[in-house]
Amino acid sequence: MNTVAVVHEHYAGHPSGIWRWVTTTNHKDIGTLYLCFSLLMFFVGGSFAMLIRVELWTPGMQLMDPEFFNEMTALHGLVMIFGAIMPAFVGLANWMIPMMVGAPDMALPRMNNWSFWILPFAFILLLSTLFMPGGAAGAGWTMYPPLFMQSGVAMPFQVFAIHLMGISSVMGGINIIATILNLRAPGMSLMKMPMFVWSWLITAYLLIAVMPVLAGAVTMMLMDKYFGTSFFNAAGGGDPVLYQHVFWFFGHPEVYIMILPAFGIISEIVSTFSRKPLFGYTSMVFAIASIAFLSFIVWAHHMFTVGMPLAADLFFMFTTMLIAVPTGVKVFNWVATMWRGALSFETPMLFAVAFVFLFTIGGFSGVMLALVPADWQYHQTYFVVAHFHYVLVTGSAFAIMGAVYYWLPKWTGHMYNETLAKWHFWLSVISVNVLYFPMHFLGLAGMPRRIPDYPVQFTDLNQIVSVGGFVFGASQLLFVACIILCVRGGKKAEARAWDGAHGLEWTLPSPAPYHSFAEPPPANLIWTRPYQAS
Amino acid sequence: MSAEAHAGSHYYLPHPSHWPILGSVGLFTTAVGGALWLEDMGFGKYVLLLGLIIICVMMFGWFGTVIRESLSGTYNAQVDRSFRWGMTFFIFSEVMFFGGFFGALFFARVFVENWLAGGSNSLFTNLIIWKGYEPVWPSNGPGNLGGDFEGMTATGLAAINTLILLSSGLTVTIAHWGLKEGNRKKLCWFLLFTIILGFAFVALQGHEFLDAWYKQHLTLGTGIYGSTFFMLTGFHGLHVTIGAIMLTVILIRSLRGHFTPQHHFAFEAVSWYWHFVDVVWLGLFIFVYWL
Repeated sequence: MNTVAVVHEHYAGHPSGIWRWVTTTNHKDIGTLYLCFSLLMFFVGGSFAMLIRVELWTPGMQLMDPEFFNEMTALHGLVMIFGAIMPAFVGLANWMIPMMVGAPDMALPRMNNWSFWILPFAFILLLSTLFMPGGAAGAGWTMYPPLFMQSGVAMPFQVFAIHLMGISSVMGGINIIATILNLRAPGMSLMKMPMFVWSWLITAYLLIAVMPVLAGAVTMMLMDKYFGTSFFNAAGGGDPVLYQHVFWFFGHPEVYIMILPAFGIISEIVSTFSRKPLFGYTSMVFAIASIAFLSFIVWAHHMFTVGMPLAADLFFMFTTMLIAVPTGVKVFNWVATMWRGALSFETPMLFAVAFVFLFTIGGFSGVMLALVPADWQYHQTYFVVAHFHYVLVTGSAFAIMGAVYYWLPKWTGHMYNETLAKWHFWLSVISVNVLYFPMHFLGLAGMPRRIPDYPVQFTDLNQIVSVGGFVFGASQLLFVACIILCVRGGKKAEARAWDGAHGLEWTLPSPAPYHSFAEPPPANLIWTRPYQAS
Repeated sequence: MSAEAHAGSHYYLPHPSHWPILGSVGLFTTAVGGALWLEDMGFGKYVLLLGLIIICVMMFGWFGTVIRESLSGTYNAQVDRSFRWGMTFFIFSEVMFFGGFFGALFFARVFVENWLAGGSNSLFTNLIIWKGYEPVWPSNGPGNLGGDFEGMTATGLAAINTLILLSSGLTVTIAHWGLKEGNRKKLCWFLLFTIILGFAFVALQGHEFLDAWYKQHLTLGTGIYGSTFFMLTGFHGLHVTIGAIMLTVILIRSLRGHFTPQHHFAFEAVSWYWHFVDVVWLGLFIFVYWL
């Protein structure tokens, strides 16, 4: 054990039952709420994906009409992005950042509660559109006009749901920045912060910068439909492509909002299970910062086919390819961290290693998509679907799963069931490649995305993809089983649950006390990287 | 006092609070009401109104709690810094919100007009779809949407409004000096001047809107010019109104003897916000009215 002053559990005078969770201002409670909500949404969004894969089992129309298929692709995207991936990262930030920087809680605990409790309402609003006359909006998660404006009753509900998610994200981002900048223990300078904290500092900045822009974009569309403005109407001097520019000015940083915290997590896990300090800490920080900067000047690579001027195509192609440089720095650093390390492969490490391989595949297909002439062929095909699922599922989602296994002992005080977790990992990593890898070939062969039917020659590959999808979906039940079993019992976890783990969170007992650090931890506990100490 | 320092004396940690969930219910009710109203369904307007009332009650209660905690000396310097970072980044998010609409304005003026007239690689757009369209500004597009209209000018009301808002930035600063000197009379009077200037701005802006709508035939439906003009100045006017209401709250608190020369973050936060709407107006004046 250690000498850190620990606050006793302090529930006295606090509401119990459901009201405790509704009114809580505690970062661990709120983190748990975020994580549970995101797991629920992962299954909601996943069930939409399953329906898509059933429909695509054979050519022709089986289960649903094309409108409903479009609603599924749109809601799958929105639910997974705003409901599963983002809240999961915010939940991890809530749980871990105060512990990692040596604080008792988040900087603005009441607002923290509000950030979370907006989300369930936002998703009730979004998912309720499924049951409205005319159905949900089937215009993709990108909501391009004019199609999205033709959605009927669902449209204003979805727009307001987006507004609520934006408010939630901005408040969450503000809270995280205030916590990191203001609540660090004395002695923890910025360049001594754990990588996960660094990655979230930059992610929070991106969130605050771009969520309001998305709010503006959907507001313009609302005004166009209901108040006769002409932002996206060429007859009035507007342009539908304007929406795409504004949307992707949000959308591309959004992509990094969903991957930068994953970079932080992988840096923590790889270092712990290699029993070595992270290789190139400073370059990691600058790489994340460069990626964040570049994310603001690459957005139009999502719209190479709309007919932009050649100069714009070239500019966005080169800036996009530039991103490969800092990303490459990160991948090399992870590999160099593992190099000659005393590696062991517990489940978090397995997910981290899979991340490094599979995220890199997603990165390579990203470089292919960045080439304008190539993109003109790949655009709107399954190649794009393969690309962003490699970065989002085997990237972000794998990092989240790795993080959950990594920190579960700290949260619950129990070790998870390693055998079951390994089954979860291996089933997931195999099925996910069966699911997404053939999509590259489908896309190169010309199968368009967001279409419920396809020519017969694509049948075999689609069936392989669907089988991969069903197995991947079912494997996630093992994930839930692992979590529930670990919460309910298991081998007692030590304070330092992993022998290679460093950082303030491991100086607290497992499970961590309700308020992490009552007093700032002594400076000698703030881990300095050995090669810096000399 | 309601605030309890759970974690020893070093850190401030608030009790569980019911205000956030009330805020969520309020936002949800507002959103449902707004959507129903837009679709002419049910009692949309009344649901919307109910939602806004719930949000107001929540803000009243939540800010009230914060004010009571602040007066009782619960907040240490660290909490003060957290609030400062919070307000800074909130204003940054607002800047980005306006940035989106300014971006739309620049894109329309610089690119879309040119492309509709056949510029860049859009020759056939002009030859086939919008035959012979010439780029102009102010523009309601090749479809002449909303009919003929008269654009805004930088002289007249806009210039007076610029003067008013810039002066209000000065008066709020003088009020701040008063507060720092411990001169409450100066604080209250100059706050009052600021508020009067703020509401005068809103009133003149309302007058300008009515003139534009009925005399100049410039409406929301007047193509991209009407869209960008009303959305930018409308959102700005909304922010000025909110800022003036916040200043009024600060004035009431100053009259009741709140704030000390050392400890008055609420005042500073509102004055930051006020300077922010001031700067946005300068952008509007230059790019919407003048150029």
